Amino acid sequence: MLDFTPKEYVDRKGLVINPAKTCQPVGAMYAALGIHKCLPHSHGSQGCCAYHRKFLTRHFRDPVMASTSSFTEGAAVFGGGTNLKTAIKNVFSIYNPDIIAIHTTCLSETIGDDIPAIILQSQVPEGKIVIHANTPSYVGSHITGFSNMVKGMVKYLSKNSGVPNGKINVIPGFVNPADMREMKRILKAFGAEFIMFPDTSGVLDAPMTGKYEMYPSGGTKVEELIDTGNSKATIALGSFASADGAFELDKKCKVPYTVLKTPIGIEATDRFLMEISKITGKEIPYELEEERGQVVDVMVDCHYHYHGKKVAIFGDPDLVIALTEFAISLGMIPKYVLTGTPGDSFEKEVGEMLKAAGVDGKVKAAGDLFTLHQWIKEEPVDLLMGTTHGKYIARAEDIPFVRIGFPILDRSVHSYMPLVGYRGAMRIIEMISNTLLDRQDRDAADEDLELIM
Amino acid sequence: MKQKLDKILEKYPAAVFKNRKQHIVVKDDSAEQPQTIAANVRTIPGIITNRGCCYAGCKGVVLGPLRDAVVLTHGPIGCGYYTWGTRRNKGRTKGDELNLLAYCFSTDLQESDIVFGGEKKLYQAIREAVDIFKPKTIFICATCPVGLIGDDIHAVALRAQKEFGIKVVAFSCEGYKGVSQSGGHHIANNGLIKHIIGTGEKAVGKYSINLLGEYNIGGDGWEIERILKKIGYEIVALIPGNGTVEDLKYAHKATLNVIQCHRSINYIGDMMRTKYGQDWLKVNFIGISSTIKSLRDLARYFDDPDLYARTEAVIAEELEEITPQIEEYRKICKGKTAALFVGGSRAYHYQHLFKDLGVETVLAGYEFAHRDDYEGREVLPTIKEDGDSKNIENLEVEPDPKHYRIFLSKEKYEQLKNEIQLNDYTGMIREMKNGSLVIDDLNHYETEEILKLLKPDIFCSGIKDKYVAHKAGIFSKQLHSYDYSGPYAGFRGAVIFARDIAMGLKTPSWKLVTPPWKTQPIIEGSYVC
Repeated sequence: MLDFTPKEYVDRKGLVINPAKTCQPVGAMYAALGIHKCLPHSHGSQGCCAYHRKFLTRHFRDPVMASTSSFTEGAAVFGGGTNLKTAIKNVFSIYNPDIIAIHTTCLSETIGDDIPAIILQSQVPEGKIVIHANTPSYVGSHITGFSNMVKGMVKYLSKNSGVPNGKINVIPGFVNPADMREMKRILKAFGAEFIMFPDTSGVLDAPMTGKYEMYPSGGTKVEELIDTGNSKATIALGSFASADGAFELDKKCKVPYTVLKTPIGIEATDRFLMEISKITGKEIPYELEEERGQVVDVMVDCHYHYHGKKVAIFGDPDLVIALTEFAISLGMIPKYVLTGTPGDSFEKEVGEMLKAAGVDGKVKAAGDLFTLHQWIKEEPVDLLMGTTHGKYIARAEDIPFVRIGFPILDRSVHSYMPLVGYRGAMRIIEMISNTLLDRQDRDAADEDLELIM
Repeated sequence: MKQKLDKILEKYPAAVFKNRKQHIVVKDDSAEQPQTIAANVRTIPGIITNRGCCYAGCKGVVLGPLRDAVVLTHGPIGCGYYTWGTRRNKGRTKGDELNLLAYCFSTDLQESDIVFGGEKKLYQAIREAVDIFKPKTIFICATCPVGLIGDDIHAVALRAQKEFGIKVVAFSCEGYKGVSQSGGHHIANNGLIKHIIGTGEKAVGKYSINLLGEYNIGGDGWEIERILKKIGYEIVALIPGNGTVEDLKYAHKATLNVIQCHRSINYIGDMMRTKYGQDWLKVNFIGISSTIKSLRDLARYFDDPDLYARTEAVIAEELEEITPQIEEYRKICKGKTAALFVGGSRAYHYQHLFKDLGVETVLAGYEFAHRDDYEGREVLPTIKEDGDSKNIENLEVEPDPKHYRIFLSKEKYEQLKNEIQLNDYTGMIREMKNGSLVIDDLNHYETEEILKLLKPDIFCSGIKDKYVAHKAGIFSKQLHSYDYSGPYAGFRGAVIFARDIAMGLKTPSWKLVTPPWKTQPIIEGSYVC
């Protein structure tokens, strides 16, 4: 497996091998699916929309609907305006969403299509809405695309009507529907009123009922999106995915915001809870405090399952930053921390974390898995945590592997289970320790096979 | 049926209605003229189609399976990323040969590259690939922005070829070219004929064949190879499933080309016939009866008594091995109906395997096939090239003075042409049942409505449709990825397919879809006197 990867690390300037990120549009598509009765629209070649739908549908094992402008060579030369106008007309008359969320592709960006101008020239039925976001695939990563689409929601929809609603806006970041459910459960435990956007719970983790619904019941309603301008405050979870949208909301509607880490692990979840408490003035409910105590209980009692183990973590920046903090609080040693998304702030934040913990590790943004593999070849780790693409490295170097992040293509159930909150932390501990203990069992001689661990 | 279909189509805006009507045919055995269908035309914007793009057909489908080449995507990161490992074209490492199937290579173009050009980065990427992997071949595949920003990837390829002394071939397969994956197949076929096939020299035997348009999805190719080698054929080149660029160089030496997927590889078949005189035989190794027929057709071409005898012996042996297992699954599948919407060949091929299991096909359609895949190659002269297909080069080749030779005498050729599909393909519609539906580029709205209308027991398509069908209570099998199972080809593959279909039909989960409280009263009453 990956036999042709040499050990000697060489800096590469032209070639990316085994990427640890993908392009903007799919992030925008995911965000758009978090709006109720929204059909995301890909303004580009057919291939983009097909690939993005496939990527998401493989991870969630649920239908992912989106339309495309189906560019041909003519459109690439003369502009995609006609295609988009035709598409908007057809989407409303055939698929009848309440709202179309357009995102662009490298094709439409390179030719410079002016989307707002085209929308103005389009036939949009009474009561229907069309929003857009510019998501060129040659900038940033899919997380940038998610962030841009969220920004687009704010730019087009959020309105400060002067009537405060007493709610908290929560931008959950690029997390699974189960994580969004968990965040909502935490907010509900406070009795807090909130608007979460986008919200893919009930959209991409919809139940089997025997009837196919093109627009499942979940997703943030358009009225709620508009009402975000009247909220008390915004909590943006995950700086890479959510900060821009929150900043935009403050700029446009004067809703103050705080940017926090994605609430993975004890400390990040603590901060989320304390922020909710600060904004609402309500005390942290005992049911959440109890959950916290349960996790700490496990951490104390079972620390020897994973303490001191060297771990390599890769994936999307918000997830990886939070996970690294959690790994440190478990007593693990994050030797290699890598994301495919570019961003100096990633290297700075993680670098400082490792320094404070006294860990001599390697951190890289805009990195790829070929680099990670070479690092591991140079000095191995005890555990690899990341997306399904890491399994090749895990096989090549015989390293225990925990699947976490986007995408997970080769296992099921993961998108229905949280990684955030105290319950999520418990689950991550279970995944880490089970994986390490399975390895111990696998490699133990008969006489060393333990009954109790 | 026609009325019900019209009702479904009525929801469309006028322009869409007019267009889609031409892509839908109800098979009518009593029709005086052969039925015709519109295909390989541009998709209507806004329609939720399953189609992909030109890059997918070139890099993902044809070039991707060649395991010893560095297939370098020149563009932003997405295109390369989405074709990394997602197609199950398997390949086994041989000796210490290069096998790069588990790798993804991209120039990951950034904004500055789009603005100032990406040629420099491309050249640097090639240099780095050569330094690290020392490949003998590099393929450069263009993505949408490349043509627009004016990167001359062919010039870069030429320069790199000179500097590094290896084969570097560029493919201008920008995603917006053509109307679907199909244009990409054509571009890839052209490049392989131009630069790779025929550039090597080796001795081969008389019963030598190339296997074309077989992608070894889930190991299909391995199963087919196993049977062919058992009979005694020598396989010169696999184009491209489990294939290598190295072997492709000798493809012109084989006696006969054997084509599984007509749509994606017919170009190479036709060009090799013109250039090297090799005939191609259309086979179908999906299905037990069709595999048997294909093996007999193949032996017929060579017309050798020993070969006939060995073919029959192998068929008998294979049947003996699989019949008891197949019977078990056939009991479960018999009498069921299937709707197939796949690619450019499988919707036809798999009807045969289903027939072996007693399953009737009520609907079949292709994503990106042309009219000849539906109606048969005899309609080729009547197909008008439109603006979109004119942009895909039709490579003109001439007989190669050194290698051109003909295997069959003129009389033999005329005789065999009436018996086997030699340089010919009869297409899908001919063999479909009267009253069944044929739909080209079936879109999401039509899928939803037609599943409600036909209520097939099985819907075969891809991942974008699978969960839609499941939510609606219809078992869906992926025929692009086999739901990560397989092989499905040949004899042993038929058993695995049958097992998987039976499993999908029999899983107890279907019975649990409706919660009991929806159908049973919970409140109990009793008499009070």
